[in-house]
Amino acid sequence: MESTVEDQGTVTKSVETLERVVIRFAGDSGDGIQLTGNQFTKTTAAAGNDLATFPDFPAEIRAPAGTLGGVSGFQIQFSSGDVFTPGDSPNVLVAMNPAALKVNLADLTPNGILIVNTDSFGKRDLQKADYGKNPLEDGSLSGYRTFRVSLTDLTLAALSDNPLPKKSKTRCKNFFALGMVYWLYSRPLKPTQDFIRTKFGDKADVLEANLTALKAGYAYCDANNTFQVHYEVPSATLTPGTYRNIDGNTAAAYGLIAAAQTLELPLFYGTYPITPASEILHELSKHKEFGVITFQAEDEIAGVCSAIGAAYGGSLAATGSSGPGIALKLEAIGLAVMTELPLVIIDVQRAGPSTGMPTKTEQGDLLQVLFGRNSDSPCVVLAAQSPSDCFTTAYEAALIATKHMVPVFVLSDGYLAFGSEPWRLPDLETLPGKPVKFHTDPATFAPYSHDPETLARPWAKAGTPGLEHRIGGLEKQEGSGKISYNPENHQKMVELRQAKVDRVALDLPPIEVFGPKNGKLLCVSWGSTFGAVRAGVGRCLKRGLDVAHIHLRNLSPFPSDLGEILRRYETILVPEMNMGHLRMLLRASFLIDVKGYSKIQGKPFRESEIAEKIEETLEVQS
Amino acid sequence: MSAAISKNGKLTRKDFAAGQDVRWCPGCGDYAILAAVQSVLPTLGLPKERFAVVSGIGCSSRFPYYMNTFGFHSIHGRAPAVATGLKLANPDLQVWIITGDGDALSIGGNHFIHAMRRNLDINILLFNNRIYGLTKGQYSPTSELGKKTKSTPYGSVDRPFMPLAVALGSQATFVARTIDVFGAHLKNTLKAAAAHKGTSFVEIYQNCNIFNNGAWLNVTDKSVRHENILYLEDGKPMVFGTQSPKGLRLNGAELEIVDAAEHADEILVHDAGRQDPTVAFLLTQLGSGIPRPIGIFRSVEAPTYDAGVMEQIQTAKQQQGEGSLKDLLYSTDSWVVS
Repeated sequence: MESTVEDQGTVTKSVETLERVVIRFAGDSGDGIQLTGNQFTKTTAAAGNDLATFPDFPAEIRAPAGTLGGVSGFQIQFSSGDVFTPGDSPNVLVAMNPAALKVNLADLTPNGILIVNTDSFGKRDLQKADYGKNPLEDGSLSGYRTFRVSLTDLTLAALSDNPLPKKSKTRCKNFFALGMVYWLYSRPLKPTQDFIRTKFGDKADVLEANLTALKAGYAYCDANNTFQVHYEVPSATLTPGTYRNIDGNTAAAYGLIAAAQTLELPLFYGTYPITPASEILHELSKHKEFGVITFQAEDEIAGVCSAIGAAYGGSLAATGSSGPGIALKLEAIGLAVMTELPLVIIDVQRAGPSTGMPTKTEQGDLLQVLFGRNSDSPCVVLAAQSPSDCFTTAYEAALIATKHMVPVFVLSDGYLAFGSEPWRLPDLETLPGKPVKFHTDPATFAPYSHDPETLARPWAKAGTPGLEHRIGGLEKQEGSGKISYNPENHQKMVELRQAKVDRVALDLPPIEVFGPKNGKLLCVSWGSTFGAVRAGVGRCLKRGLDVAHIHLRNLSPFPSDLGEILRRYETILVPEMNMGHLRMLLRASFLIDVKGYSKIQGKPFRESEIAEKIEETLEVQS
Repeated sequence: MSAAISKNGKLTRKDFAAGQDVRWCPGCGDYAILAAVQSVLPTLGLPKERFAVVSGIGCSSRFPYYMNTFGFHSIHGRAPAVATGLKLANPDLQVWIITGDGDALSIGGNHFIHAMRRNLDINILLFNNRIYGLTKGQYSPTSELGKKTKSTPYGSVDRPFMPLAVALGSQATFVARTIDVFGAHLKNTLKAAAAHKGTSFVEIYQNCNIFNNGAWLNVTDKSVRHENILYLEDGKPMVFGTQSPKGLRLNGAELEIVDAAEHADEILVHDAGRQDPTVAFLLTQLGSGIPRPIGIFRSVEAPTYDAGVMEQIQTAKQQQGEGSLKDLLYSTDSWVVS
């Protein structure tokens, strides 16, 4: 018999309806926090809420248990309305130990719900978290609705009949906590019960223990007088379609596979592991049934060079990395520019410079990918705006690369890579693009001739009879492709390589303006700041402020109508997780002033921060 | 561009000559190697479109421009990486990497060793002239200790690499040495390299007559070459010299030079197919001294990287069927909003 909200009620409880909720689960790296968060996400998605999530985990694989450095977190915002970010401040914090409490408490909203596992607040636990006094006893939690739950003991009690050793039983406490939160937000247990059955199908005792713990947590809240109120967050009005939850790295991998199918090309991904981009390699390496070749090279340079070689051999070639790896690849990307080969480069940005904070997000690579190569070496640059948008962006990048024979960057970041959201799956019949036509006719072959419309040179797959030709890093004569030091030819080729990138703008749709079409303030965002900026601007619009928002997917080339739109507003504000890369580009490109708003903390913007900055900017203006 | 098949349908050396003017210095050893490659490729029984020549940067790396095959003149040191992608994208190609002592052993050392470790089915020709030519005369990773060059006016304090030892250390399955001016030996070595499945590594002694003229004179000069060279031939004793032939025997774990006639029974017999690379390695340690072995040091069979990659893909397709995008996207935990 499955548990449901209805059949368990024995104590009368009131139900309140909420529009949106932000929950953060926090505990030790070994507490199963990411698993707990993912289960809550799946259940919430299936319940029809809009949502966004973000995991926050330490770079150390196994930091010492119970320490501040070992705290792992998972945040989810879900709502009956639109959700653009994982939320600013949690309304609910589940803290499995003192370290998790210490790291996360400051973020909890005043009077927010705090669930703490009192069993992990022993003297040694407190020492490991650098607590001088026990926060459960010193009154420091008085500003919150604190629920002190003996999670470990309650879990062990619920599992008293189970033959597992105590240590294994203790591990089930995350499911007990999850059961509690399910009760608190009126969620069904079934999706997680199904998950437990699938995951632990071959371990009967573990399966039974986890199911029991989950149910026990739920029943504990239901029967116990500690919790008087539980909440409902009604379904959101989502566009009809088939949905699934997806994170940015998986979406990027799927985008490449989908593009390879459309273009009818084999997919080659040459790369080297790096946080936070490795999951793209992991995902692609699973899909050999699509003919995907993944090559884990000896270093970043070999990763990109192998991709360039594969492009010469007629594959849809891609590489991926994060900032430090991209830095190593840039010379080779110049070779791809020079040889006019199609190449997709995914840069999952992280906090830098140098090694920086590998698991933390940043938008610090925009200028690197645009200008990090010797000489005039233009590439197309796209940026994804949400986890699921990594699919679309990687897909589009492949289409552009093969249409114009250019390298195309896809900028993602740690926030998108690990964040997840419900994704309305695309109708596969209507995906844009068509199969690539390789050049095959020797009679009409000039390797460096250019299509008048796309400025692409012919793609002649190495191995095609009669099309033997040489490419390389030396400047080539337009048309014949022979080595050329001719001054006029060089200028022509430099201009041509820029012109083919510029041609991409011809295919771009008009920029959508959110808010008034002209006025006092325009916020311009790119990449993963989309959600926070859109939500922040939305809040200000509701309050009647004169502000609008545009979001740029295309950083090189810019959309053709960008300058005209910028000039319709008195002030331009660009929030970025860097020192002002886009701001510099807009100023240089359009000779207008642009105000910047930099947040460089390894954390995404909060919606409220954007809203406050808008208010402040408008106040100064008036 | 023309398909350039000669009249009787058979490929000839001319079919492999590209129209581009060859721009090496007059007297450069590269000319002889280019001629040898152009004359060997037509004999391999493959149509011209099946050949690809990939290079990095340096004098030798201009090579692809002079071959009327598919060619990729890439960036410094990276030819093995570019070639890896090309070979995996089209395993039907016979890929030749042309590199030098600087390109392969300095900037490209990492790619060079890993290509051999994987045993990708490619051929690597390393033109060793013990100097940097294109940058006009600095010492290279194979230059001898104490060498005075533009960047080492007081003499080099860098210990040189022995390319064959690096190759063996990287588990290369085919390791050979030949010399630019030894036309027949060079061609035969190239043919053997082409026939080998897996990475074939060939060190070619090449003379840079501008910046390091005569670097190999003690084995190329006609007056001494037959005394100093040990020709490695399968099944033959390791004997060198004509006036009073000497041979190599094992003394403990070391090679020892002994009178060939006196110790005929103890002279090592060459076996390139020996799985254990120890003897091959000992031969590389003769370094720049006498005798200098040339020929095939090692030629053993091992699974190739490209075949392994293709096999996994074929197996996945056989077991799961051709991938379906719809299944990939829609199958996992999806839900419908109506």
